[in-house]
Amino acid sequence: MEFAELIKTPRADNVVLHRPFYPAVEGTLCLTGHHLILSSRRQDNAEELWLLHSNIDSIEKRFVGSLGTIIIKCKDLRIIQLDIPGMEECLNIASSIEALSTLDSVTLMYPFFYRPMFEVVEDGWHSFLPEREFELLSSVTNEWRLSYVNKEFSVCPSYPPAVTVPKSIDDEALRRVATFRHGGRFPVLSYYHKKNGMVMMRSSQPLTGTNGRRCKEDSALINATLRAGKRGYIIDTGGGFEQEVQYPQYNILQESLIKLVEACNDQSHNMDRWLSKLEASNWLTHIKEILTAACLAAQCIDREGASVLVHGTEGTDSTLQITSLAQIILDPRCRTIRGFEALVEREWLQAGHPFQLRCAQSAYSNSKQKWESPVFFLFLDCVWQILRQFPCSFEFNEHFLIMLFEHAYASQFGTFLGNNESERYKLKLSQKTMSLWSWVNQPEELSKFKNPLFEANSLVIWPSVAPQSLQLWEGVFLRWNRSSKFLDEAYEEMNNIIEYNKELQAKVNALRRQLAELETDDGMQESS
Amino acid sequence: MLLVCPHLPFKVEKVFFFVFCIFPLVQNSWEHLHFPMMFCENVKLLDRYTNRKPANGTLYLTATHLIYVDASAEVRKETWILHHHIASVEKLPLTTSGCPLLIHCKNFRVAHFVIGHERDCHEVYTSLLKLSQPVKPEELYAFSYNPKMPKDSREIGWKLIDLKVDYQRMGIPNDFWEITDANKDYEVCNTYPPEIVVPKAANKATVLGSAKFRSRGRIPVLSYLYKENNAAICRCSQPLSGFSARCLEDEQMLQAIRQANPGSPFMYVVDTRPKLNAMANRAAGKGYENEDNYDNIHFKFIGIENIHVMRSSLQKLLEVCETKSPSMSDFLTGLENSGWLRHIKAVMDAGVFLAKAVKEEKASVLVHCSDGWDRTAQVCSLASLLLDPFYRTFKGLMVLIEKEWIAMGHKFSHRCGHLDGDLKEVSPVFTQFTECVWQLMQQFPCAFEFNERFLLEIHDHVYSCQFGNFLGTCYREREALKIFEKTHSLWPFLLQKKQEFRNPLYKGFTAYKELKPNTLPFSFQFWCGMYNRFDKGMHPKQCVLDHLLNCMSQKMKLEDNATDLENKLPFLDDPLPNEVCFLSKIVNASVESSKTPMLNTPQDYESEPPALLTNGTIVEEVDIMPDQYRKNKENFANHHDLPDLNSTMEVIESDAKKEKLQHQ
Repeated sequence: MEFAELIKTPRADNVVLHRPFYPAVEGTLCLTGHHLILSSRRQDNAEELWLLHSNIDSIEKRFVGSLGTIIIKCKDLRIIQLDIPGMEECLNIASSIEALSTLDSVTLMYPFFYRPMFEVVEDGWHSFLPEREFELLSSVTNEWRLSYVNKEFSVCPSYPPAVTVPKSIDDEALRRVATFRHGGRFPVLSYYHKKNGMVMMRSSQPLTGTNGRRCKEDSALINATLRAGKRGYIIDTGGGFEQEVQYPQYNILQESLIKLVEACNDQSHNMDRWLSKLEASNWLTHIKEILTAACLAAQCIDREGASVLVHGTEGTDSTLQITSLAQIILDPRCRTIRGFEALVEREWLQAGHPFQLRCAQSAYSNSKQKWESPVFFLFLDCVWQILRQFPCSFEFNEHFLIMLFEHAYASQFGTFLGNNESERYKLKLSQKTMSLWSWVNQPEELSKFKNPLFEANSLVIWPSVAPQSLQLWEGVFLRWNRSSKFLDEAYEEMNNIIEYNKELQAKVNALRRQLAELETDDGMQESS
Repeated sequence: MLLVCPHLPFKVEKVFFFVFCIFPLVQNSWEHLHFPMMFCENVKLLDRYTNRKPANGTLYLTATHLIYVDASAEVRKETWILHHHIASVEKLPLTTSGCPLLIHCKNFRVAHFVIGHERDCHEVYTSLLKLSQPVKPEELYAFSYNPKMPKDSREIGWKLIDLKVDYQRMGIPNDFWEITDANKDYEVCNTYPPEIVVPKAANKATVLGSAKFRSRGRIPVLSYLYKENNAAICRCSQPLSGFSARCLEDEQMLQAIRQANPGSPFMYVVDTRPKLNAMANRAAGKGYENEDNYDNIHFKFIGIENIHVMRSSLQKLLEVCETKSPSMSDFLTGLENSGWLRHIKAVMDAGVFLAKAVKEEKASVLVHCSDGWDRTAQVCSLASLLLDPFYRTFKGLMVLIEKEWIAMGHKFSHRCGHLDGDLKEVSPVFTQFTECVWQLMQQFPCAFEFNERFLLEIHDHVYSCQFGNFLGTCYREREALKIFEKTHSLWPFLLQKKQEFRNPLYKGFTAYKELKPNTLPFSFQFWCGMYNRFDKGMHPKQCVLDHLLNCMSQKMKLEDNATDLENKLPFLDDPLPNEVCFLSKIVNASVESSKTPMLNTPQDYESEPPALLTNGTIVEEVDIMPDQYRKNKENFANHHDLPDLNSTMEVIESDAKKEKLQHQ
């Protein structure tokens, strides 16, 4: 096995682990191909730490005499420290971890080795097929068709094999439009608003060049999405976020995340410093901007009764943030667990957000590669902001969003591997790895992610984007910096109150039924 | 159109008929004071944050309120603003749509009216200026507020909070501490109440001597005794030490306090001011304790800024809150520059220091600032709240405010600007305390019996002057104002609305003892519910609190329902779906044999079930109810049983039901 050469020292004794909220613990450290494991010498031989190498964002080494210390910073923002006696052992372990956490071949990643301990009831790889989504659409309109023009990934390498387009546009026209759009990402349907039949399309930017090249098929495609006499809007996010191409320095979002996490980890008691760092990170500014753009798109569709085309430069980043957030605002289905999973599938995975590139590193990255960017993370934060403002409108809770954040960066499941459907096909992920959804959608797992306050709400939900309404996502950014004991207790208490009421209601219903039965029986007895 | 009634304020009875005819407004909120003295039609109310079409309606001025009735809304919408709540009225430059009138309130409401005619606007403006700045205490609302309750209920209301009971709770009097009436004629200190708690070892000479050495005679007295280890929190004003003065009696006084806690060899003396301020005071013959002159004291500065810094900080914060569509950067920079959260943190840090000294170091603490009625009140009350779960209950918070703020002479009248007076005396000292409590509620959502609305209601009434509690500056002044004879106390009115102020997540008295909040900067949040309280668009659109309060009332209904149904059902022991019942085999068998067992066994129905019924009910409730629920229920019941509270409440509740509290 090729990992063996990377593991210089598979095991070290008397290692002391320091991590947030727990007392330091001593134990044996083991390195496997994919995990870093620390077992304490306690009676029950419990594993104190079981960390995926792919979760490791960066490591630092320090030595005091022969005692070495490795500080491990994780992609989920946790920081842990291992004290390892013996300089050589420590160096060996450090370099092994470094190598194992930066494997360059996808097929060496853990999902290809992971064997699930649960029985797969529903294979997540088949839970959200475009065909099924199209069926839903067909039940309300017949103006669209599912095109397989991209079935060989030859028209657009970052699109899935099947895309939804206006019925009146044939595959030949689509091929031509693709040559006019960056990366071949021609306009496709993102969302159909049942209430008024307006739609949201997404694409990449047109390649008009300096001479203002035009493409009549492109215009025809866009016009086909408009109702007679209706106006349409084009929301161009370019120059805002999808600017990796124009500006080859590393991504401004990534920089923002790094600064924010640095601020959150600052233990200084200086309030001014905290607020000014929070401000300087610009993270909340980005949140506000993306939410504002999403509200704008939703407003065009729902209030103005207009159709919308959203595109940035490449149409794989801020475009997707906006189209998916607009759907959460507009479509109650996206606020259910299933619906949100379908949204992530449709608007992120199948739409070709390059997860592998974007999530290669997180807030502690030193690599500063321009393709690393917490685009999906920012989206989840925006969803959390809406969830906070509409706490009863979502079927899922904050933990669900945190779970998705974790798995997007490091996971035993194959869902977030690869950069687009084409790569996933080539990697044969659906055969060789387990889907995240197969695990999440088991009833016992789902119960952890259910929002007790949920009451289905069919309305459009308009979040406030005033700075006073937006907050730091404590559940993620302060997760390892302060104890959440009392907040967890509050959540538990809330859950209990609601559960108890449900039980009570069930009891009252049962009693009523029983009484009614008795009364009818009584009546029958009397009449007989 | 503007109508001005010929009869002006305080003679409202005479306009009764006139008003009744043209003014059906008060039907749903009837009270004798709410007759309009003037009204003005076609007034627009602008919404600050949305571009929605402004409301169009009628503005009424009564003796006590400004009332705006929105005529454009489908549902009749009234906005009531108490004149006492008005902090400032500004006439802005004329616009095409009319003459704008901008009103800032002390509870942070900002109302932006546009009145059609300049002349009308000016009329309203000058009237409001007069109405919002009463000159004489008798003009305050509390003296005319009459909820028409029997005299004794009013008097009982004033007896609801008895500080002696709280001292008894701490175990005082005991071997070391006594409640004395040393100040009964205010000869020790005219801003202290007649009864104070001092160490037994401090004799009259010590008390009087120390009074001469403390600014305004505010000698060290007990604020809170931590019964478990005898460590005490005491409070006073700064010593008149100048650069070198000493006072033997004051030194004896501190020694007596230290020795009242035999478990600790030393005591802390905490000056809550920044060191520089304290040093500057020395030049004026005041200052701080010299460690060399007092036995075994550890002296410490905490550095909370003075009332002027706090006033201007709040001013800056409010400007940020009012900015129209600010960027995130504007907002955060503004928040930082206001310094507000820095000050909140300073107060919290000080409270935490005190609580830690008492609980962990088992040392007594003497706290002062300059006069010992602002920062000292904040810090002492906060420390008590951290140490003692009682103060996190409805009654406890009332006691705490009554004890550390009202009784000890926090100058509410000056700090809140109740009367037309020196603006430099106004400062949000109590607001800061309220916010500190709120910040704690964010960190410990299950530790408080009350919710955020309770804090906001108290905060409103500190400024409303509707009740007598916060009038004047000290006990002596309140006596002179005859507030106990002429006005009502706030507390019974709050208890009456207890259901809406409850915290559904409260885990009861015993769930948490002392609170140890995180005081890293990120633990402090901007309190949108206070400073942007009336900008509903900024708040979460669905309210978890409402949802849970709903659950609580639903729960009671369901429980009643269940009991009712169970009583109706002849066979309670019939097992319900998903429930485990411990039934006798005989009954079980009969259940199995027939779906309607009692039809087959009428004799059972006649004789047996009643006995089973009560038993069965109990068994079931226990089964279905999670443990913590039972605990909660017990706790709740205990609070109901607080003897003095309950008996008082019964009287008040029955009368008060007829009266609706007139206050928005």
